[in-house]
Parts: sequence; C-alpha cells; structure tokens
Amino acid sequence: MHALSSYLILSALLFSLGLYTVITRKNAVAILMGIELILNAANVNFIAFSKFVTHHVEGHLMAVFIIMLAAAEAAVALAIILNLYNDHGNINVDEANALKR
Amino acid sequence: MGEVIFWVIWALVAVSAMVVAFSKNLVYSVFSLLATFIGVAGIYIFLNADFLAVTQIVIYVGGILVLLVFGIMLTNRIVVAKITQSSLQRTTGLVVVGAIFLVLVLTLLNQTWPLATSAAEFDSTVNNIGELLFGDYLILFEVASVLLLGALIGAATLARKEL
Repeated sequence: MHALSSYLILSALLFSLGLYTVITRKNAVAILMGIELILNAANVNFIAFSKFVTHHVEGHLMAVFIIMLAAAEAAVALAIILNLYNDHGNINVDEANALKR
Repeated sequence: MGEVIFWVIWALVAVSAMVVAFSKNLVYSVFSLLATFIGVAGIYIFLNADFLAVTQIVIYVGGILVLLVFGIMLTNRIVVAKITQSSLQRTTGLVVVGAIFLVLVLTLLNQTWPLATSAAEFDSTVNNIGELLFGDYLILFEVASVLLLGALIGAATLARKEL
C-alpha cells in the first residue's frame, strides 16, 4: 500500500519541526510542545519499522514506553515551569539564567 | 479511498506541526498540536497499530495536551485569548533545521531497507503486546511503574507553593 518512505519522511518532518520549536522558542511550554513532536516522530519511526522491516510488535512496545516517558516528563516539566513562573513572573527560558535569587 | 484518507491525514499532521512550530499565538500552537496528535493516531491505524492509536489518543490528547493547556493558562495573565510568543534566531534555526531535514530525507530515500518478505498484517496487536509486557519486558514494565509513581510524587512536591 504505502511505501515505508512516506512514513519516514513524515517522521523526519515532525522531528525537524520539533527541533526548530525547541531551539527557537522562548516560552518553556512551547519548548515542551516541540519535545512532544520529536517523541511522536520517534514513535512513528518505531511503528513503521515494526510493520515493514521486523514484522514484530516489539517496536510497538518501545512506542508504549516512549509515550509513558512523555507523560512522566510532561508532569514534571509542568511542575518546574510553575516554579519558574512563581520565581520570575514569566517562563521565558532565556531570562531564567540564575540558579538562585 | 484508503490512499486518499492516508494522504489527507499525512497533510494534516504536516500542516498542524508547522502551525505548532511557526505560529505566533501560543494558543493556536497548542490547539494545532491536538490535530497533530490525532493525525499521528490515524497514521498508527494505517500501520496496523490499533493499541498504540488508542493509547496515543488517551494519553497524549487526554493527558499531556490538557497538562500543556494548564501550563499555558497558569503561566499567563489571561485577559484576551491571544497569548503571544516570540522566538530567537528564526533564520539561523530555519537554516540549520532545514539542512538536517534535507540530510534525513536524502539518507532515507537512498537507503534500501531490508523489508519483511511477507506482507501479512497484524490482526490485533493487543494480545501480543500484553504477552510481551508481562513476559520478556516484565522488568521494564515494573521499572516504568515505579518511574511513573516517582514522577507523580515529584511533580506534586515541586508544584507546591512552599518547598
């Protein structure tokens, strides 16, 4: 049906856009969104390879663990971002350059 | 028909991810991230990953996206729905990321992958995933549960006002 490369190109696009978001945004929540895009790109790759190359569901398991890590990471990151907001009044990462105030 | 739906979902993921990356309004970004996650769930369905598609919708759309929206709403003074965001080094970032994308695409198009010979498709992946989770991957599964518990306690502790 669809070639493997159509999935891989989509995944490369998602990764690039996520990377662009991470390196250019100032807002910490936007950076978190970029990280989610990158993790989704990795998941698409894992599942595409598990269908087309290995033909085994182990790739799906990796994707399950990645989703789980993304959930844990989002919760902890949100807590850190809230602390940053309480300390600085905004969440621009380029202004958060002091360990302690 | 399936072909058309596939490319529609493909375009949905690509365009909404671009809105996430380029939109000046943070609220637009987070809502187009919703479209990206749902589109990726559709891509999973085309890859016969039924369990993953449902997991993607439940966890990403139902959990992580809600967390992100909370993060935006709690860290801005909401007077209007327009929450702007600015970016640093747009041009340099675009050049670097465009080069990386080009290298990735050229590499994967010139690569011959060792494709599986049989084109047989998975019936349902749920049974296989469950057997692997409680068989070969049991230790990883248990470690993951402890990690989630730790992340939950850590997040609750960090988010308290007085540390």
